[in-house]
Amino acid sequence: MSLNGKRILIAKPGLDGHDVGAKVIALALRDAGADVIYTGLRKSPDYIARIAVDEDVDAVGLSMLSGSHLELVADTMRELAARDARDIKVFVGGTIPKEDHAALLEAGVSGVFTADMALDDVLETVDRVLS
Amino acid sequence: MSTTDRTDKQRAAGRALAATPPIPAPVTASGIDIPRVVTADMVAGRDPGLPGEPPFVRGIFDDGYRGRLWTFRQYSGFGTAEDTNQRYRFLLDSGQTGLSVALDLPTQCGLDPTDPLARSEIGKVGVSLSSLAEAEILFDGIDLGAISTSFTINGTAAIVYAMYCAVADKQGVPREKLTGTIQNDILKEYVARGTWIFPVRPSMRLIADTILFSNEATPRFNPISIAGAHVRDAGATAVEELGYTLANGLAYVDELIRRGGDATRFARRLSFFFYVHMDFFEEVCKFRAARKLWAELLEERFGVTDPNARRLRFGVVCGGSSLTAAQPYNNIVRVGLETMAATLGGAQSIFTCAFDEAFQIPTEFSAEIALRTQQIVAYESGIAKTVDPLGGSYYVEWLTERMEQEVRRIIDEIDDYGGVVKAIEDGYLQLRIAERARERKKNIDSGKTVVVGQNYFRRENQTDEVGEVFKVDPTAARRVEEKYRRVLDRRDTATVKRSLEALERAAATDDENLMPYLIECCHAYATVGEMVATLKRQWGEFQEPIRL
Repeated sequence: MSLNGKRILIAKPGLDGHDVGAKVIALALRDAGADVIYTGLRKSPDYIARIAVDEDVDAVGLSMLSGSHLELVADTMRELAARDARDIKVFVGGTIPKEDHAALLEAGVSGVFTADMALDDVLETVDRVLS
Repeated sequence: MSTTDRTDKQRAAGRALAATPPIPAPVTASGIDIPRVVTADMVAGRDPGLPGEPPFVRGIFDDGYRGRLWTFRQYSGFGTAEDTNQRYRFLLDSGQTGLSVALDLPTQCGLDPTDPLARSEIGKVGVSLSSLAEAEILFDGIDLGAISTSFTINGTAAIVYAMYCAVADKQGVPREKLTGTIQNDILKEYVARGTWIFPVRPSMRLIADTILFSNEATPRFNPISIAGAHVRDAGATAVEELGYTLANGLAYVDELIRRGGDATRFARRLSFFFYVHMDFFEEVCKFRAARKLWAELLEERFGVTDPNARRLRFGVVCGGSSLTAAQPYNNIVRVGLETMAATLGGAQSIFTCAFDEAFQIPTEFSAEIALRTQQIVAYESGIAKTVDPLGGSYYVEWLTERMEQEVRRIIDEIDDYGGVVKAIEDGYLQLRIAERARERKKNIDSGKTVVVGQNYFRRENQTDEVGEVFKVDPTAARRVEEKYRRVLDRRDTATVKRSLEALERAAATDDENLMPYLIECCHAYATVGEMVATLKRQWGEFQEPIRL
């Protein structure tokens, strides 16, 4: 499996300050060959969509642990759509209760990752969706 | 097949791990090699001394828990001040002895509820406290002169502390009677928790302001809780947790001395907050080593000899990242063991996570079991009946000393780098933590670290369901916004403006203490967002170093 040539934005929308999960995923994606950009904390959906388009990424990974994922994912998808960037795949990671997974997938998210999943599973899913 | 189907199946199958893990390797979670057996000659020459006497290896009080048990302090807060006030009354009625306030992210980051970045976060991870009006509701019917309250608040700690003083004023409770703690430890926010607002240096000034003010005005209050728990949760080992935390503590002492503080006085009110993870003896020894190192470092570096100023008092959280979403009821057992380690280590206050805390705000059911866990250890186990029951154990004394050595090595490394402030501004510590987190994750994925029910011992078709799911009332955000607008309408805008202008003038000076100005702002019903915006105009914002 290789993510060579894939460009991925890892983003922290909202105010949640727990960034270790985002950084661990960013490091793992980079080691798998992807070009990874990390936004840093407290970014608005508008900002994230703008960077995603400007940087011409294949995918955006949104990391959220504060329980605000449903609103923030919807906002980010809307901002991407407003920029004609529906082709950019969106992944979500963090503290995401199981009962919200279906709603996120239905909203167009390509994968939902939680802390107990193996990194290799995360990478495989990203690879499958992007190839 | 959808992504969830596939991952559920994969997770249920595990990832090619054997059915039974190998026998645990003889090494602590921090990587210290453990001897087959520790004998008397290996600890010869090491006398842990007596509890209550420096360097306090065996505890800071001569009577341990016989005079006073630790404080049972469950962290809670969500939605509106009304919602949380109700939960507090439930917890106090259940036998909890101290409050611990969880604040929502807008309050922690200094944004009012109507800020576009705040909207989706209102009341989610804690209660919204946008002005004194909300704090009055939060403590309605709770006598601040009779209860101690801990606030997990950092970027806006000075403001929340000012609000607490203002509520006491309103209740007619003299400020000198206030007891409790504000976390107020900004250094670890830059490293691991992320609710920083201002650049490092003005933040350090604000912390010194709170401590110096509190020593005079609220002498029984802890104006800082130097916290290792979050760094640990983010990936650091027990040894690193202690090393980074003590290094941060030394940086605060430096700043306070620079501001003219008397170490013998202010050091009495410095408190600490640590994590308890699952490596039982390493955790017990970490606390024994922490007390000894802090007592020694204060004397070595600052010439503090008064024993009362060198007592390291600490609270702990049991649970955190050791809890799993898989087979969540196992977490009750984990928290039970961790509570034993905390008490055998001599903690002054304990917060036990609820078994569902890995993935949601606890329900009343799970919150009650978490509190009962502490009560069982306190009243049934007998651990509290003698001071430091493990003192003199060959292994415990040996491991305490080994941890001291390793922690000193880390403190030296940070000194060599140029101190914690530089290490944080450069992003050096942040990167180290991220690398550690990745290592921890890899060890779990590969099966090197065993997590029962998650990477080993899974049941076929395991569902990981819990009976009850907690949901923040979806109307909470709307109610918070409505109340916020009502406060704006009702307050006297001229008084607000005057108090904020006075605050800004004081912030422009180098070291005028800002606390009296913040309390004035609170009394005028200035909002948290307004006070923070005022300070930002003078100080700017922290620019996060992004290093991967």
